[in-house]
Amino acid sequence: MTINKEAVKKISKLSRIASNDEFETSMIKDLNTILKFVDQLNEVDTKDIEPLSSVVEQKLFQREDVVKKMNEKEEILKNSPHKNENYFVVPKVIE
Amino acid sequence: MSEITKLTLVELTKKIKSKELSALETANAYVSRIKKSKKLNTFVTETLDQAIASAKNIDDKNLKSGVLAGAPIAVKDLFCTKNVQTTASSKILKNFIPPYESTVTSKLWDSGAILLGKLNCDEFAMGSSNETSAYGNVINPYQKNGEHLVPGGSSGGCSSAVSANLTSSTVGTDTGGSIRQPASFTGIVGLKPTYGRCSRWGIIAFASSLDQAGPMTKDVSDSALMLDVISGYDEKDSTSANIEKGDFLNSLNKNIKGLKVGIPKEYIVDNMPKEIQTLWDKGIEWMKESGAIIKNISLPNTKYALPTYYIIAPAEASSNLARYDGVKYGFRAPGKDLIEMYENTRAEGFGNEVKRRIMIGTYVLSSGYYDAYYLKAQQVRRLIKNDFDLAFKEVDTILTPTAPSSAFKIGDKTNDPISMYLNDVFTVPVNLAGLPAISIPAGFDEFGLPLGLQLIGKSFDEQTILNSAYALEEKISLKSKVIDWWM
Repeated sequence: MTINKEAVKKISKLSRIASNDEFETSMIKDLNTILKFVDQLNEVDTKDIEPLSSVVEQKLFQREDVVKKMNEKEEILKNSPHKNENYFVVPKVIE
Repeated sequence: MSEITKLTLVELTKKIKSKELSALETANAYVSRIKKSKKLNTFVTETLDQAIASAKNIDDKNLKSGVLAGAPIAVKDLFCTKNVQTTASSKILKNFIPPYESTVTSKLWDSGAILLGKLNCDEFAMGSSNETSAYGNVINPYQKNGEHLVPGGSSGGCSSAVSANLTSSTVGTDTGGSIRQPASFTGIVGLKPTYGRCSRWGIIAFASSLDQAGPMTKDVSDSALMLDVISGYDEKDSTSANIEKGDFLNSLNKNIKGLKVGIPKEYIVDNMPKEIQTLWDKGIEWMKESGAIIKNISLPNTKYALPTYYIIAPAEASSNLARYDGVKYGFRAPGKDLIEMYENTRAEGFGNEVKRRIMIGTYVLSSGYYDAYYLKAQQVRRLIKNDFDLAFKEVDTILTPTAPSSAFKIGDKTNDPISMYLNDVFTVPVNLAGLPAISIPAGFDEFGLPLGLQLIGKSFDEQTILNSAYALEEKISLKSKVIDWWM
């Protein structure tokens, strides 16, 4: 599988990373190098092998349904680069 | 003053408890050294005034009951620290002030330790040389013919700071070797605990199924003490293991007579420097002299660990890093609409290596490629874990080199991502299998640069690798060769 300019544009769109010519040129080179490296895995026979997504074997537990005071609104909002009263502000979404 | 900073964590905390040393004179010793060590660029954020104030408070109120009472400790800038800037060494988190404290660092402060500041690392812990940090590369206290070297990565600020005596000990994180490889490059001890041993809550996530916090210290006893403090079940982390806590320092024992030590033939890699092989052979001899039984073992899927890792880790990272969108915290770049604002924020806020990994991760998870890459990698991950499971039926621990080289020059590997990734060839399989492993300084190369040996253990059997490391440490009896050239 090789990655061309169109593919890089598509992946950068999906990744929400703004793209330009310079970025695309370097990504075509790097992504193809990395994909060629990981293509070694095709040598491995993985027929009927169960995928391993986590090494944790314990089951998830249920906790008591108790209200706990954690992060307060003001503290959370303090870190926002743009806020107004109780809201995060973003560029207009609806026309 | 400088003698104080040379003490191990165990020695230091004993002296503070017995009042041979005050917390204040200890804090002052570290603060004055840190101020004279800017050249190493180990800190992203310093909290020196607060550290002095905390130390005074400990002395005044005689708060000496905690096991780490009065120990000054700086931590990797990947741990959220309440009211102290936490950046993950990224521009995108500049000025982020967490309103909460990570579980691991809470345990340090609850035990009486004092925060010195936040240590530089590779951006979002993605790198093996600390060169991807948005706050500049860290310098290794060891030099090669007077030239600057990398401290390893991603916990490069941590390794350099412990090696240069700028912190009494520290906690780093290890996703593919980020505690052990920098420990090896700077002549210190680094322990990656079993996945689930320490809570991940409040640690900025890179690859959640692989990330694990652990000690980086001057010696093995310090690592045992630190693990005693930071480990334990946490209901806030669903992958944290609900098992009995160990008593690692008190159980430390250098008698390893009859211990079965595996030597995996697949870890003999192409172009491995002769001195690494020589050191490994010496390690085998030292283990034998201590009464251990050496067994040759096979971990046949070792060569597939790196390619597996470079699918799984970026995939998880691309998902974890989706939250950095310029809305809730950190950096924001303008854009004419919401999507453009996201795209510009992420293009300007992330560095090249992080963008590369997000792109790879997005690609391998995207429609049409998921099965060929991501699912395939998870299947190979199972095979790698099975190799270890099988080997650990025969042996108690596995001995390998930590890294395939000593510390390299700044800029040497930045143009070729694969050559950088190969640094982690001996450390990555351990993360994929979720096992504990420790790196200890075991010798020096011809340029006087430190080299490490790695001991891998069974799941939740940190005690065995700590004991083996403790026995090796006594045999090797290595002294730091750091001379304070930067002061």
